[in-house]
Amino acid sequence: MNLWYALVDLLPFEWAEPGRMLFMKNALLAILVISPLFGLLSTMVVEKKMSFFSDALGHSAFTGIAAGTLAGFADPSWCAVALAICFALLFTWVRDRTNLASDTIIGVFSSTAVALGIFLSTIGGRSFTKFNTLLVGDILSVTPGKIGLLAVILLLVVLLWLGSINQLTLSAIHPALARSRGVRLWQQEALFNCAVAVVVTLTMTWVGLLVINSLLILPGAAARNVSGNLRQYTSISLLTAVFAGIAGLMVSYYIGASAGASITLILAICFAGTFCVRNRAAS
Amino acid sequence: MSIEKHINCHGGCHGKCCLRVRHLTVRLEDDLILDDVGFHLHCGELIALIGPNGAGKSSLFKSILGIMPYQGSITFESAEHGKQKPRIGYVPQNPGFDSGDPVSVLDLFVASTTNYPAFLPIPAAIRNRVLESLRRVNGEGLIDRRVGSLSGGEMQRVLLAMALEPVPNLLILDEPMSGVDMEGEQQLLELLDRIREQYDLSILISTHDFQTLNRVDKVILLQKKILAAGDAKDVLRSDAFRLLFGAGAEKGGETE
Repeated sequence: MNLWYALVDLLPFEWAEPGRMLFMKNALLAILVISPLFGLLSTMVVEKKMSFFSDALGHSAFTGIAAGTLAGFADPSWCAVALAICFALLFTWVRDRTNLASDTIIGVFSSTAVALGIFLSTIGGRSFTKFNTLLVGDILSVTPGKIGLLAVILLLVVLLWLGSINQLTLSAIHPALARSRGVRLWQQEALFNCAVAVVVTLTMTWVGLLVINSLLILPGAAARNVSGNLRQYTSISLLTAVFAGIAGLMVSYYIGASAGASITLILAICFAGTFCVRNRAAS
Repeated sequence: MSIEKHINCHGGCHGKCCLRVRHLTVRLEDDLILDDVGFHLHCGELIALIGPNGAGKSSLFKSILGIMPYQGSITFESAEHGKQKPRIGYVPQNPGFDSGDPVSVLDLFVASTTNYPAFLPIPAAIRNRVLESLRRVNGEGLIDRRVGSLSGGEMQRVLLAMALEPVPNLLILDEPMSGVDMEGEQQLLELLDRIREQYDLSILISTHDFQTLNRVDKVILLQKKILAAGDAKDVLRSDAFRLLFGAGAEKGGETE
């Protein structure tokens, strides 16, 4: 961390002065780890048409934290991770075994999860207010230990990408073709869903439940507008996410608004931009 | 009803190498999809499956591909290798990629035929190999096109090139003529002829386009069971064909 602080101290910002505002420097590093995570996952969430699913996962993560708090864990996020993984696997399993449309099943899961979360957190007449921070998120509260954990997750997701991107892409664009090429659809889907579940759960505290899904959708959606192949798609999504992450943090520092919301708004502007570029190219 | 008659095969394999489908029955929950289907396919032979929608053509293909549970036996034998697991090239029905999919033909190729992660910069060696494959189907120019922007005929040629990488023992094309215009159809049929000459493989296609049937070796009329099989002329004149498609249907494609 000291190396990082020394590095940031070189920046010409008010908050970057040596020895001051360590929380801001932590937040910047956290953003640099979180944003590429979302940039990568986003490409497949959009490609696999899972936008609504990742939203439901966020709800189940909230349920997990409520359950963990009720059970008296000091750090309920591990409870939330476990629950989100169960949720992701159960969802994949149920969708495989029913003929209901996928969005119906997501709706069933999502509403159940959020109801259970509210139920657990308010049981015995307790107040919901202490969970408000989860809804909005606070990137400034991130600690170096958590950043280390997120960096490990980023490494794992990159490994998943190197090993599975071909199968993931094939099963997203043409399941029958993927199956004939020996791709195990169920396994791929479960693995990817678990990755999304873990990332959403572990970053929710800092990004905020209400806007976390936008981070999973907007970078990929913005990149999809202007990409002709997978390399452009991935790199534009990554760049968009990292740019919006840093810019959002700065905006929130100087204006004093929520970082998660600022990042989301900048992502939305990026989407609008690429949308216009595409339409101009098409006409 | 199974067809046990062997047809003299091309390429001097003496009728020994073939796909044998025997007593194939497929059930999906309570529905009987295929009922005691049997036929032989020799090397170098092109068999066309015809039949109305829901006749079980796709289920038959999926059983051969091993992605659908079935009763009965599907075996593959070749003169050189004896009994073996065949390498199957599969061209799926009506791909229907999203027009916005940010996936190029090169990406699709790399993702399906290599272990190289397709989101990284693609080395020249792999690109050249893909170009080589596409050349087989006169499709070198398609390599950087998005899959969603290809016409039906172009898409079929790309999928065919992929199915030939590596060259399979058995090539299966599910409705290759659907969504393909007349010109694309002719190109595709000529390609199939050329591939049959060049490589030692058998081809199984399903089609609704009865005008193309004069170019195949054998036609099988399927409707849960095999209702008729043999030369195109005989099958198109059979009572079963007339009953299913109406008199005169053989002169044009089936109207759907």
